[in-house]
Amino acid sequence: MHIVVCIKQVPDSAQIRVHPVTNTIMRQGVPAIVNPYDLFALEEALRLKDKFGGRVTMLCMGPPQAEDALRKCISFGATDAVLVTDRAFAGADTLATSYALTSAIRKISQEQAVDLVFTGKQTIDGDTAQVGPGIAKRLGWNLLTYVSKINAVDLDGRTITVERRAEGGVQRLKTTLPSLITMLEGTNEMRFATMDDMLRAARVPVRKWNKDDAGIEDITKIGLKGSPTIVSKVFAPKARSARAEMQEVGDGASVNDACLNLLQKIFTTHPTLEEETVDRLSA
Amino acid sequence: MAEPDKPQMAAAAAAGAAKTAGRSGRSTELPEHLKAYKGVWVFIEHDRGQVHSVSWELMGEARKLADKLGVNVSGVLLGGPADKLEDFAKEACIYGADHCYIMRDPVLQGYRNEPYTKGLTDLVNQHQPEIMLLGATTMGRDLAGSVATTLGTGLTADCTELNIDGRALAATRPTFGGSLLCTIMTLAYRPQMATMRPRTAAMPRRDESRSGGITTMALGIIETDIVTKLLEFVPDANRNTVNLAYADIIVTGGKGLKNADNFKLVWDLARVLGAEVGATRAVTQAGWCESERQVGQTGKTVRPKLYIAAGVSGAIQHRVGMESSDIIVAINTDPNAPIFDFAHHGIVGNAMQVLPALTHAFRTHLDKRIKRAA
Repeated sequence: MHIVVCIKQVPDSAQIRVHPVTNTIMRQGVPAIVNPYDLFALEEALRLKDKFGGRVTMLCMGPPQAEDALRKCISFGATDAVLVTDRAFAGADTLATSYALTSAIRKISQEQAVDLVFTGKQTIDGDTAQVGPGIAKRLGWNLLTYVSKINAVDLDGRTITVERRAEGGVQRLKTTLPSLITMLEGTNEMRFATMDDMLRAARVPVRKWNKDDAGIEDITKIGLKGSPTIVSKVFAPKARSARAEMQEVGDGASVNDACLNLLQKIFTTHPTLEEETVDRLSA
Repeated sequence: MAEPDKPQMAAAAAAGAAKTAGRSGRSTELPEHLKAYKGVWVFIEHDRGQVHSVSWELMGEARKLADKLGVNVSGVLLGGPADKLEDFAKEACIYGADHCYIMRDPVLQGYRNEPYTKGLTDLVNQHQPEIMLLGATTMGRDLAGSVATTLGTGLTADCTELNIDGRALAATRPTFGGSLLCTIMTLAYRPQMATMRPRTAAMPRRDESRSGGITTMALGIIETDIVTKLLEFVPDANRNTVNLAYADIIVTGGKGLKNADNFKLVWDLARVLGAEVGATRAVTQAGWCESERQVGQTGKTVRPKLYIAAGVSGAIQHRVGMESSDIIVAINTDPNAPIFDFAHHGIVGNAMQVLPALTHAFRTHLDKRIKRAA
């Protein structure tokens, strides 16, 4: 079995701060990590590799330093890694990104046919969830998004059965290989890296492909040129002009007074809220 | 490089958030053959006999966009023989549509990517809308990404605001986990596509006097053409119990509550108010409550009438999920916590003391009212 896992190196969004004056992202000191959702995808791929054998090839598009993210994945047990990196990819939106990654997956398939492509449900910096569907459509493969569980893989019969999150329930779907799967959060606990794999991760060469190596056929479809969307404005969310009306409390009595005071304020300014609450509780 | 959205954004931000549309290297002019694309479309999502309310929220937004552009709004309905598509179409007009496109086929019973992508793509190619809107649900995002790639056009995900700039759709969305907002446009391609987060737009007013025409179109594929089979749909058992997105009152606990035991105080207050319980990411990660109660960028967007946040600092990722609540009450020991910058009422104090007192105050008051009512 040959699985390709697409990952992205992202800034840890939990640690990002916005400059209060210039409204720009302050990246200094913000660590770059493997997109957390992609790790659920990697773990699922590794579990299939444990079961069926074969290899897991990591694929990432990004600047040269994204090599660190790929080595991290090798340390968990991935077989090898390809970094698609070229100035020509700069400015890519999700449509252009899916074109570049699709070309690279076709190239990887030439070495050994790919059965499955895995990726996380979305990234934590862009949050679009669009690159996975984009790759599937370009490859002409079956698309399974928001997958919470892989029930069965039949390599001889070339089928796969999964559960995917839908609105109000779970769909159980059966389809054929090859397919592209985006994994939901919380599906798998990431394994620990073994000492052997950590040593291997330091040794294994991460292949770096430029646009020609990646087999890009149409350079008008990559980078800024290949991106239909244009970012026209970036800004920080507006702060409400007025701060909260605050009460400081200390001992027991003042706590009770503050709570009564708050209740009065809420219900006198929003009498319908009080009526509706009484109605709901009486029902 | 090679990071969707980001390099453009960094550049735009560096230029002091100036308008940078039309940078070198690509066309921002709409080609002649795409100028015929007219009208705003809303994909109407339905499931087991019910339309997802995000579709009506979108209908309200579509109406505003179309009125600015002087064009029509159309609803698009795909479904199987058992689905009440004509009824939904009538409803769509009551919420603001001028017209509906209906595609009915046995293979469209229950959502699957393949037939829905083909159906929607064919409808767009034939009838050429300039704007196509979908809900940012698991179905809407799956379908929008597939259709946009097939059409080779731009798609903006998970928007919180839609507007018209010139003649183009200006779609605003949170990015970097909600730390920043960015406005994205598709200038040289059609349709301009966007998905919108449920509950970020208000429900439009119903106008029972409105009605509109229906155009039907056949899908043109049969079951044997479709590789992916839907074996089973298992509805959520607790579908009706966790209803955060539509709750009138939400009591949310943050990591300031320190442990799972203290988090029970949140449940106590919620019970007294008949409210839903929400949580921050730190709380769901710590396992104090289930992850579907998470409010914020990576959780649910809510807009209750009353939002009470206890032990919540008000990080931007949380804020983007709840700031359109009518009344925000914050309880926090730190008077400098960011949540006090956008809450309406604040109590600076220990949530472990304030929550029981607040629960007592509400219980006493509401009990009296209920008795009087009874």
